[in-house]
Amino acid sequence: MDEKDLELLRILEENSRLSAEEIATMTSLTAEEVAARVSALEAAQVIKGYSTVINWEKAGNGEVSALIELKVSPERDYGYDRIAERLSRFRQVKTLRLMTGTYDLQLLVTGKNMQEVSRFVSEYVAPMDRIRETATHIIMKSYKENGNTLFELREPERLPVSP
Amino acid sequence: MRNYVSKRAEEIPPSRIRKFFDLVLTMEDVISLGVGEPDFRTPWNICESSIYSIEQGTTSYTSNKGLQTHRDGLSRYLAQHYNLRYSADTEMIITTGVSEGLDIAVRSIVDPGDEVLIAQPSYVSYGPCVTLAGGTPVPVRCTEKDHFRLNPDSLAEKITGKSKALIINFPNNPTGGVMTESDLKAIADIVIDHDLLLISDEVYAELTYEKKHCAAATVSDLWERTITLNGFSKAYAMTGWRIGYLCAPQELLEAALTIHQYIMLCAPVMGQVGAVEALRSAEEEKNSMVNEYRLRRNMFIAGLNRIGLPCHVPEGAFYAFPSVKTTGLSDVEFAERLLKEQRVAVVPGSVFGAGGEDHLRCAYAVSRKDLGTALQRMDEFIKTL
Repeated sequence: MDEKDLELLRILEENSRLSAEEIATMTSLTAEEVAARVSALEAAQVIKGYSTVINWEKAGNGEVSALIELKVSPERDYGYDRIAERLSRFRQVKTLRLMTGTYDLQLLVTGKNMQEVSRFVSEYVAPMDRIRETATHIIMKSYKENGNTLFELREPERLPVSP
Repeated sequence: MRNYVSKRAEEIPPSRIRKFFDLVLTMEDVISLGVGEPDFRTPWNICESSIYSIEQGTTSYTSNKGLQTHRDGLSRYLAQHYNLRYSADTEMIITTGVSEGLDIAVRSIVDPGDEVLIAQPSYVSYGPCVTLAGGTPVPVRCTEKDHFRLNPDSLAEKITGKSKALIINFPNNPTGGVMTESDLKAIADIVIDHDLLLISDEVYAELTYEKKHCAAATVSDLWERTITLNGFSKAYAMTGWRIGYLCAPQELLEAALTIHQYIMLCAPVMGQVGAVEALRSAEEEKNSMVNEYRLRRNMFIAGLNRIGLPCHVPEGAFYAFPSVKTTGLSDVEFAERLLKEQRVAVVPGSVFGAGGEDHLRCAYAVSRKDLGTALQRMDEFIKTL
């Protein structure tokens, strides 16, 4: 991993749809070098995948998201890992993190509607061994996701030509 | 009725950028590479601190020199980043943009009849400021062959018994040229030999890509005869805040301060508060903007050379300065036709004085997407020639 790799990662993190040719002109590498480096980063699992930031509210599919806080009794030898990995495998769980503070695991869960989310929590998550307590917070509106603001920002007004 | 306009004001030629500006306004779907300012928003922490200070009622005049905290922060910043040593108390004025700094610097040193050498191509204000102060601007041509650095021989050629000062601006608007320490040393020898004063406008200092910026006042014994001008506009995307600064040895500073206190009193306090925050905690935002300019530059310069507009690699600022010589058009013809036929606005290089003819100033402070579209349109245009 060198400075060029880090630069590629920063560029791809912001926009993973750029072609190897486009990235090549920005980084003074050849398109082949870019492609080779990206493949190596994928193989090393530094790049875990490519996704799209979508404003689902605007897309109007009516999906519901919830943040779920779990208090969990850790396991001897494994701590939180085994239960966290189990929870991670549900397709409904989009993000899962171990937290400091008043609870342990934080899940971001999505479903078609509120019923689906609450059924998932009450039927699959809450009954699991070692889960002591759950608190479900429905997300009302999202203003920023992964560094992208979801509200309209007016373009800064610049003079069309200035010295 | 008499003609009330002063002879001095009449002497100033109207800005030739104005004509382009008016033309662009009449057109739609124009991609403008003619804008000499960042396309980023001011980092939010800077805005927030200024908003908060207004809520707290910080809306009064500051001392003529500017807020003490501002000058203290700046003095530390310049020492750390550029090894530039200026006392916050006696060698620094916060100005209303570099524009004011330039004006008071020139006015504090120029007497009628004095000649002021100006390294060109250059920002359009230097000449008129000298004229307004009663001096005579003397252009010194920088050429593409020298990567638009100031050539010591070209400078020496223009020196006369009336020469009083030299104005330089590196990294340069419009060429993107920079001066290394050894380049500046060669200039320093001439400046010192002829007992000239140096005004160094370093507003693009933070926007250097390959090498670290070398501040003129740190070279040889230039400090004692240099007025350093800089500001927050370009590095922190704060053009409309109008905050700059002038640093100079005490005696020179006192003269500039006298003019500043009568014509400006102080720089706007809200802007100063924002600038304090910029110095304190916008380093990361600044670096990410600089990095983005560098990526755009690489992409844009490669594109210009590909479509047949040869361009040296600008090592600073956010301007490319390609030559149009091979197209057979003058810079003005090229720019006018490109705008009318392909809706891309660039500024003819001759607007920026000696050495600018046959070149275009293209600011790459626009999104990568717009840069890509602009390149396509320029390519189309060149194919029709």
